[in-house]
Amino acid sequence: MNETTLLQVSGLKKAFGGLVAVNDIDFHIEAGEVLGVIGPNGSGKSTLLNLITGETKKDTGAVKLNGNDISAMQPHQICRNKISRTFQLVRVLPTMTVEENVMVGLLFGSERKNFNECRDEIARLLSTVDLGEKSGFLASQLTYIDKKRLELARALANQPILLLLDEWLAGLNPSELEESINLVKRLQESGITLVIVEHVMHAIRSLCDRVFVMNLGQKIVEGTPDYVLSHADVVSAYLGDESE
Amino acid sequence: MLIKDSRQVISLFIIIGLLIVLCVLPHISSAYIVSLFISILYFTSLATSWAIFAGPTRYISFAAAAFIGIGSYTTAFLVETLPMVFVIIIAAVIGFCLAAVVGLATLRLSGIYFVIFTFGLTELIRQLVLWFEINITKNLGRYIFSDFGRPEIYYGLLILCVLTFVSGYILHRSRYGIALRTIGDDETVARHSGINATWVKVVTFAATSSVMSAAGAIMAPRWTYIDPHIAFNHIVSFEIAIMALLGGITHLFGPVLGVIPLVLLLEFLSTTFPHYSLVILGLSFLLIVFLLPNGVVGVGRSLMKLFSTSGDRGPS
Repeated sequence: MNETTLLQVSGLKKAFGGLVAVNDIDFHIEAGEVLGVIGPNGSGKSTLLNLITGETKKDTGAVKLNGNDISAMQPHQICRNKISRTFQLVRVLPTMTVEENVMVGLLFGSERKNFNECRDEIARLLSTVDLGEKSGFLASQLTYIDKKRLELARALANQPILLLLDEWLAGLNPSELEESINLVKRLQESGITLVIVEHVMHAIRSLCDRVFVMNLGQKIVEGTPDYVLSHADVVSAYLGDESE
Repeated sequence: MLIKDSRQVISLFIIIGLLIVLCVLPHISSAYIVSLFISILYFTSLATSWAIFAGPTRYISFAAAAFIGIGSYTTAFLVETLPMVFVIIIAAVIGFCLAAVVGLATLRLSGIYFVIFTFGLTELIRQLVLWFEINITKNLGRYIFSDFGRPEIYYGLLILCVLTFVSGYILHRSRYGIALRTIGDDETVARHSGINATWVKVVTFAATSSVMSAAGAIMAPRWTYIDPHIAFNHIVSFEIAIMALLGGITHLFGPVLGVIPLVLLLEFLSTTFPHYSLVILGLSFLLIVFLLPNGVVGVGRSLMKLFSTSGDRGPS
């Protein structure tokens, strides 16, 4: 592990009853990089994110952020350590306005801003994700993609150093996808380290510096996107073996 | 406190006027009216504190009777040794501590499990007090003799109501109130946005429960005699929920709008149909849930929407 390692995961394991969802995973994330995590449905990707963010408690292993083990912390403590996330199934606060949704991230996140400081920040964050015009809408009135954008704005309100996107690009049409990929690129340029769990291979190719593939709770291949996506084990994990 | 527009100035004047009327009421009206207002103030403090927790978090508690009972037993035990002010404070502290312990154990439960647990809690505490009274103190009931009479009870409850409303108002406008609303909307999001959801829920549950214990402590001298069945009365838990839901739990002043008609209705029913009052109460609960899912406040809002074209949504 060298100085630029932001997150170091070692020997992480989680079983639900007899099902081992994450089985002895080791990996690290360098500061500033975009790491992709791919794998078939049920391979343990979301569980891995839930373990990092404290939503699920590990069985064994360690998750170290800048050298400090965070794996015993509660989700709100991990959030205050500047790790933000979005959810596989988009989650907004339905009875609150778009502004209030973002305000929640500002009020309780790592910076714990007061009400007056929030106003300018909300406008800035909403324009980042292109929702400035809809700040007074109820979150439940938004379209699917706008909900995804709002979720991202809330995550960014926490001033994250590490942002975990769980299938954030799923379900978008081609032009929305291009827009969203560009948005994620801008986030990376602003200095945020990203972990992207994704099925959209085009996005993985254009965004990720490094990718690892999970299958049945284990890491099977790791490398550059091009290397990983052409690897025989990856093809068989997704499509099955030719002999079968 | 910032006064922003004429509507707020008007509401402020109405509130002050109402307070003045309530303050002089015992001096100008009959004993019957004062008794009626004691009931209204009693249920206002209970239903409002109940709704401060249930409104944003959507946790329905049937433990109100447990906290009221604890309050009235505190009075029964201490009324002859301590001034009432201290008795009420001690009752509130005991209610707070018990609710905090219960909250830590149960607020991880969601929805229906929490409802059932709070119902069972009242029964558990009632049986414990019953066991204690039979086996340790050897007296089943307790008489409460005190010079804390009708006017004192009236003003005690009035102060408790004012304190409840003021704290509720501050809460609604604070960071903490937003945390509560976030938890009600999506607890997972709340936790992943930096909110210590367990702590927020437990403290709010404990604080609102301490109001109920204080109310029970203030009311106890009025009952003169209590035993576990009177002090821990499940019906009261239901009545509070009905009143709060009828009024509307999304607005701080909503529950009062349910308390006033239902206290009057209960008063009318118990004098006119003493044997069927509970049946009619049950029917009215069904009707409320069917006809007014958002309470009186909800009806008011729909009417306001009909009459206003601007459609502005002020902060509630």
